[in-house]
Amino acid sequence: MIRKIMILLAVLVAAYGVLIAVAELPPYGMSDNPVHNQVSERYINDALEDTGALNMVTSIVLDYRAYDTMFETIVLFTAALAVVITLKSDKRKERSGK
Amino acid sequence: MRDFILKRVAALILPFVCVYGFYVIFHGHISPGGSFAGGIIVGLSFIAFSTIYGIEKGRAKLSEDVLTWTESFGTLWYGIMGMVGIFKGVPFLANKLAGIDLGLPGELFSSGLISYIGLGVGIRVASTMITIFFTLMEDEE
Repeated sequence: MIRKIMILLAVLVAAYGVLIAVAELPPYGMSDNPVHNQVSERYINDALEDTGALNMVTSIVLDYRAYDTMFETIVLFTAALAVVITLKSDKRKERSGK
Repeated sequence: MRDFILKRVAALILPFVCVYGFYVIFHGHISPGGSFAGGIIVGLSFIAFSTIYGIEKGRAKLSEDVLTWTESFGTLWYGIMGMVGIFKGVPFLANKLAGIDLGLPGELFSSGLISYIGLGVGIRVASTMITIFFTLMEDEE
């Protein structure tokens, strides 16, 4: 019983901390938020000159953040590999066994 | 599925779906969309074909060897495109830094390496989806 009360107190303290942190966040969508720093400004102003791509999302995904996209394709490769390994080898064993 | 109307409608629509997928891949740097979305559309055209006409006919259209090659070399193609920067003496995957002509923005083969990398990623995504689908469908035979 005492353990449950302690757990409840711990959860309440943690929730209070999280709520305090959320209350300190700047309002959503304001132009002077710390999110709107020089990085996004650089992308918006210089993406066309740096990459020559009209689609700014593509210029970020395939040029500024090309490492990220490369390992995204490796994630896809690993997913396909896992599916093929788990499902295909059993089937072939059954066939050769029969 | 052995529905006559479904087969006729699919025969009319699916070639255009496949071509549209390649359109989205090739125009990823000009118009909305991109290589991931276009690859999904190309893969979906083949997945719908093999769902409607049966897995055997789908496999006849796209053999396992082709899938293995596109599956394995899609990521390698990305790496090769990245090595262009290294050979020119600038960081890996550099585009403008490597001195590649970016072309006129808005043309099909502009923006240097982006269009080539996008083609590789699109084919890669399509082959991944088709491989997973074919492998999962094997158990239902």
